Amino acid sequence: MIIELLQEELFQLALVAALLVGLCAPAVGTFIVQRRLALLGDGIGHVALTGVALGFLTGTAPVLTAVIVSIIGAVAIELVRARGRTSGDVALALLFYGGIAGGVMLMGIAPGGSNAKLNSYLFGAIASVTPEDIWVIAMLAVAVIGVVVVFGRELFVLCQDEEMARASGLPVRFLSLLIAITAALTVVIAMRVVGLLLVSALMVIPVATSQQLTRGFRTTMGLAMLFGVLASVGGLLASTFSTKVPPGAAIVLLALAGFVLALGVGKFVRRGRTQESSVTDRPQLRVEEVA
Amino acid sequence: MTETAFSMTGGRVSYDGKSVLQGIDLTVSSGEVVALLGANGSGKSTLVRALLGLTPLSGGRTLLYGVPPAKFRDWWRIGYVPQRLQVGGGVPATVREVVASGRIARQSRLRRTNAADRSAVAQALEAVRLTARANDPVQSLSGGQQQRVLIARALAGEPDTYVMDEPTAGVDAETQQLLADTLAGLVLGGKTVVLVAHELGPLEPIITRGVLIREGRVVHDGPPPRPEGECARPGHDHQHAHAVESVAGPLTGWQGEPR
Repeated sequence: MIIELLQEELFQLALVAALLVGLCAPAVGTFIVQRRLALLGDGIGHVALTGVALGFLTGTAPVLTAVIVSIIGAVAIELVRARGRTSGDVALALLFYGGIAGGVMLMGIAPGGSNAKLNSYLFGAIASVTPEDIWVIAMLAVAVIGVVVVFGRELFVLCQDEEMARASGLPVRFLSLLIAITAALTVVIAMRVVGLLLVSALMVIPVATSQQLTRGFRTTMGLAMLFGVLASVGGLLASTFSTKVPPGAAIVLLALAGFVLALGVGKFVRRGRTQESSVTDRPQLRVEEVA
Repeated sequence: MTETAFSMTGGRVSYDGKSVLQGIDLTVSSGEVVALLGANGSGKSTLVRALLGLTPLSGGRTLLYGVPPAKFRDWWRIGYVPQRLQVGGGVPATVREVVASGRIARQSRLRRTNAADRSAVAQALEAVRLTARANDPVQSLSGGQQQRVLIARALAGEPDTYVMDEPTAGVDAETQQLLADTLAGLVLGGKTVVLVAHELGPLEPIITRGVLIREGRVVHDGPPPRPEGECARPGHDHQHAHAVESVAGPLTGWQGEPR
């Protein structure tokens, strides 16, 4: 049955989209979670809706306008964050609501805009992915992975400790904008697959799952990408076998199930680990007790 | 030729209109081992951050190897040891990954990690005796061990100048001694050290100059304080419980001295 499926063009397109999203979202997500910005993807997702609606309104490709508007939104969020004022929290919230309301409003006005179309962007419509969409998604995915490969080392330092990054002479402002913009591109890639409202889930849940099991940053990212692919392809398959299953929701629920599973497994892994490390620690503990 | 690592003239820092540092003149030549001393809130941590350009000056100017921080490019010459290890958002990172990130100023964007990087990281881990924990997540280490990770990260970068913000605060005696031994080795190798401390403890013998900060001003700059009385007794170590709160401790000798 899978072999028959693989020969269908629609399924092939959906599969490629799911694979790319499954790889990219957790890769960027690892940096974002490390930076304590787990909700950044949500914020950008909200703003991107206005971009999609602008595309319908102006008759341009919604993916293109979504890229532009979500980049603007991501830069705005980063600027608010960097100023570090307490009001930043509220400013971000305002931006999110504005994004959703603006999107719904513009979509209503736009010729050919309908609730069905709105829903397909809010909740994803992987089955309606076109070859053109795949080209755009693939190019964005290459850009995202390229950023991770080229700037990964610097982004690790930045996301771990911004002050350290500054004291190492790294271009902190540039890197901060880079990670925000990369997140924006990821949101647009994932929008067709899981939908704008669930985009962030694919950036955060696989990372949260992976860190239950790993010890290092690199392995966390690698495993998160694997979990991302498993969830997105699994969700796609589930929705292909039963037309009643919406793919976006299936992907996110699968990812969540994986998280719950890892939580249990991780407890065992960690228990074993503390036992082994407490053995090596014992002499040090003794010194600390005396002191 | 002695170089000047740091030079601040008329340095002033204020947060939200409240003055934290004022009229700071401080020059540190290479090879010096300077301790910035003072009570909590005296501004000594702000001073090291200002020396590095991490906190902007609201007046005066500061130079790093003769260059303003914004234009400084040779960041590999500086090894910064912050007060605390930041453990980002719950994403694990191994001790080795964090220590290796100390090479960042020496590793240009596309350069792959080479044998020199690996051996510098291995040596740094060995120096702080964390080789056995290299593959453990830093989150699983104790406070003293995390402090050693920070020191190893600076060591890995093989800088000329070390800037340490309270490297001994809240750290066990073993780690303090380890730090003292490590620093003694660096000083022999001609490195420059600027460190913030509450009390010097085992670091005392290697310090060449003490700068006492009080209420945002330099109130003493000269030879380091020598412990007196109880604290000077051989075998006395500064691990008493009040160490963290105590401002005076080994500084008591200074307070009444004419400058």
